[in-house]
Amino acid sequence: MITGMGGHMTLFLIVTLNGLTLAALYFLAASGFSLIFGLMRTVNMAHGALLLLGGYVGYSVVDTTGSWALGVLSGGLAAAFAGAIVQAGVLGWMQGDELRQTLASIAISIIMADLMLWYWGGLTYQVELPEALSGGQRLPVLGVGYANIRLALMVFALVTGLALWFLIQRTRLGAVIRAGVDDQDMLRALGFPINRIFILVFALGGLLAGMAGVIAASALSIAPGTDLQFLLSSLVVVIVGGMGSVGGAALGALLVGLAEQYGLAYAPTYGAVFTFAIMVVVLAVRPQGLLGRAEK
Amino acid sequence: MRPAGYLLFLALLPLVLNDFWLTLVATRALILGIIALSLTFLATYLGVVSFAQATLAGVAGYTIAYFGPNTVGVGFELPFLVSIPLALILSTITGGAIGLIARQSRGIYAIMITLAIGVAFFYFTRQNYALFNGWTGFSGIRAPEIAGVSLRDPAALYLLSLGTAALAMVLVAGFVRSPMGLSVQAVRDAPGRLLALGIPVTTPIVTAFAFSGFLAGSGGILNIWYQERISSFSVGLGPIIDILIVSVIGGLRHPSGAFVGAVVFVLLDTFAVDLIDRERFNTLIGAVLLLIVIVAPNGLQQLAKDGFGRLRQSNSNATE
Amino acid sequence: MNTFKTAVSAIALFAVAGTASAADIKVGVISILEGAFAALGQDGIRGAELAVQEVGGKVDGSSIEVITMSSDASPDSAVNAARKLIEQDGVDLIVGPLSGSEGLALRDLSKSYPGVTFINGSSAAQDTTLRDSSENFFRFGGDGAQWMVGVGNYAYDELGYKSVAVIAEDYSFPYTQVLGFMAEFCSAGGKVPEKFWTPIGNKDYSSVVYSIPQDVDAIFVALGGADAVNFLTQYNQAGGDKPIIGGSITIDQSILDSKGPFKELLIGAPAGTPTVSDYDGEEWAAFAASYTDAFPDGFSAPSIFAHHYYMAAKAAMLALDEVDADLSNDQAAFRDALTDLTFVTPTGGMMRLDENRNGIVDNFVTEVFEREDGSLGNRVVKVIRDVDQLLGQDKETFLAAGPVSRDNPSCP
Repeated sequence: MITGMGGHMTLFLIVTLNGLTLAALYFLAASGFSLIFGLMRTVNMAHGALLLLGGYVGYSVVDTTGSWALGVLSGGLAAAFAGAIVQAGVLGWMQGDELRQTLASIAISIIMADLMLWYWGGLTYQVELPEALSGGQRLPVLGVGYANIRLALMVFALVTGLALWFLIQRTRLGAVIRAGVDDQDMLRALGFPINRIFILVFALGGLLAGMAGVIAASALSIAPGTDLQFLLSSLVVVIVGGMGSVGGAALGALLVGLAEQYGLAYAPTYGAVFTFAIMVVVLAVRPQGLLGRAEK
Repeated sequence: MRPAGYLLFLALLPLVLNDFWLTLVATRALILGIIALSLTFLATYLGVVSFAQATLAGVAGYTIAYFGPNTVGVGFELPFLVSIPLALILSTITGGAIGLIARQSRGIYAIMITLAIGVAFFYFTRQNYALFNGWTGFSGIRAPEIAGVSLRDPAALYLLSLGTAALAMVLVAGFVRSPMGLSVQAVRDAPGRLLALGIPVTTPIVTAFAFSGFLAGSGGILNIWYQERISSFSVGLGPIIDILIVSVIGGLRHPSGAFVGAVVFVLLDTFAVDLIDRERFNTLIGAVLLLIVIVAPNGLQQLAKDGFGRLRQSNSNATE
Repeated sequence: MNTFKTAVSAIALFAVAGTASAADIKVGVISILEGAFAALGQDGIRGAELAVQEVGGKVDGSSIEVITMSSDASPDSAVNAARKLIEQDGVDLIVGPLSGSEGLALRDLSKSYPGVTFINGSSAAQDTTLRDSSENFFRFGGDGAQWMVGVGNYAYDELGYKSVAVIAEDYSFPYTQVLGFMAEFCSAGGKVPEKFWTPIGNKDYSSVVYSIPQDVDAIFVALGGADAVNFLTQYNQAGGDKPIIGGSITIDQSILDSKGPFKELLIGAPAGTPTVSDYDGEEWAAFAASYTDAFPDGFSAPSIFAHHYYMAAKAAMLALDEVDADLSNDQAAFRDALTDLTFVTPTGGMMRLDENRNGIVDNFVTEVFEREDGSLGNRVVKVIRDVDQLLGQDKETFLAAGPVSRDNPSCP
């Protein structure tokens, strides 16, 4: 709506802003995945399903109670609960066998997707935003309308990133998690209740995924298939950034969000190819991801 | 010789099975098995799980489609004696190229880089019309005729697939005993030591991937004759996951597992809808997969071989 | 030998699949029952079942069995579903599929099964019948271009839009829809300065939103399902105020029944469609009533998919009745009956086929309005009867324009 007035430079800035806000959403969606992958080396392919579950539950709660915050919280808790069950009931029994876990979580995601389709149907759901977040406002300098929720996304991502950083760097649990990223066997040998810690981490990952699901359902929308889209984007974000690193996930999200928006604006035909081409190039040059440490 | 006995038995199946069982179950399982074999081979001998095998099969399939008779008016027709070798060459080269890109990646990272290649290829075929005819893809593809018999005829396609599968198993067995095959297994067992000895690891990795590209390509050619069409969906996330499921169901310990997995998968995929409400069959497919991953971590092929005594042991190992 | 084969296979089949049914005529219905289109696909099944229920599941004493099969929107899965229905379940007819590329795939498959009659569900690709048609593939409905007839003229003449930007998904069905719109709009003198083709399943349209030229009068949105919801939401949030023109599946009842605040933007928007849920025609009222009676858990009114699967299955039932349910001789008499069939559709028009076995149909120009209870519906602005696949043009000229693509047609 601005090319007529603002010209190419304004469009470029707007697209960049869109890339940043999309990156914020991708970071939120990927943070739980990154946490689980980082500590446990588990590629949780059911991550997208957890996110979608959170989104659906969040929708139902907002629809009933009218409270958006309550919806985000319930969506997060539902996914946290489901994540804990997945780890305690299935994945925990095959700890250390990455491929088997990957496969089992694929099976779980197929089942979850089908059951959610059964319960919520194939409709597209959009969570109603609270007054403060709905609508848009005129951006200074650029002079165009911009959605409040997208600006809020950046705040959410910042808060989540800081909270994660604090949790990992400043708390006892964080110290254990960090030790786990470096050396699982040592932690086990020191007598930490590693199985319970793993379940807790999975619940935390689920909480983040579920909350991201409600936020995604508010900023965009959710429908069957949303699970796969966010699973793929989370894979790219985490793998490109480097595993288990909050900074890496942020960097990965930035790259993917910007690539997707520039692609959509300037080369829509091959936009989606770019995202994955970036991942191929990064991994070919740095197999451990941009900020990941090389494995032994 | 036992394999010869099995082969003879399988070759006689067209006498007892009707077209539905022969084509939609037996032939489909063989073709899927050949493509899955290319993954099982990599996993067994190179220790790398690749998600790009549907891509490799797709490269061969698209080549046949582009240079063959089709109803979408894209590409031009070459004789099958040219297009078939060309398809195999392209899938082999693509396999080698993927190996080159992924040569430094192991474990989960190898999965991710090959997945990224597979998904990028999927989006590319969906968006490109000049070579891949975009979303719609190619249809109306016909298998060649030999002496008036179309290779798409149920018995002909079945026997061709069976022969290709047997040949593929022989090739794999020969490859892993060759000097290059031994280097490939050395890379799997101790990449560090090879480097220390000054033996480059790139050549064995690229060769193994190229060989798996050749295997996947032969499956891809049979698959396009079977389907008589190909589109971006044929190389999308669905087929990528299907091939992985087949390999893992069968087991990644021995190449023959790919075919065991393929038979189970095809039976499940075909008949799940008859066992459960037709609208819920994905739940059943997911549940069976989960069950196999839980009770038979090394796949059904290994499970059958080991009997139940070993199963108890492997379960208790897993819970430690 | 053949008996032996059949016996062995029957035993194998029994072991795995349970009993086969004893119905006289089996109708396989292929629709999308998984993934993003699942809700729409289920409604297609409802339509087909309704037509069979209306004849009491029997035609001239022959019982009819409906066997449903799911595809996942991919042509490969539609082909596999059809093969299984034919080779395992032994169906005589296939009704379906739902989406465009699936239709093209089944059209090609039908040439390999001359003994089975294929009646298209709701798939609306142009070439399914226009180019390279198949003797045993029938479509009692229109294509994506027929579904837009009337809108181009209405937008230019009545609404006074001279310049319209297009945003559509990047595959064959939206190409065809854009053709249907532009064929009229461009020849009336309108301009389409820019077309945005976005990948199907795209979530974030914000950058497209800001690229839409300021000087157009309206935006033609040919997106479906979640894509339409996402685009309209983001356009709304960014303060977009251009009027919307809808494609046929952009403003279907299933989308108006979706949840979310974006719907305000749609009130007043015109669209082209063969199906109007609030149509006040006598036949439609009866159809909608029997739909809601039969399926209390369905949508509030039949969707475009229920409507088209209904017409397909109804055509089959009528033609079966005409030939006393006789499908011998490779269904020759049945196909002749289908070819010459005429019947009154739920929209009140007279359905008949052209020489390519494609329907000559009714089409509507609609606009979205708010009902008293706050829900949204489409109401009819204009009915266009007897819309054929050539959009009223001369056959030579029409075919000479070539297949639709990203760049064809064009009038910048």
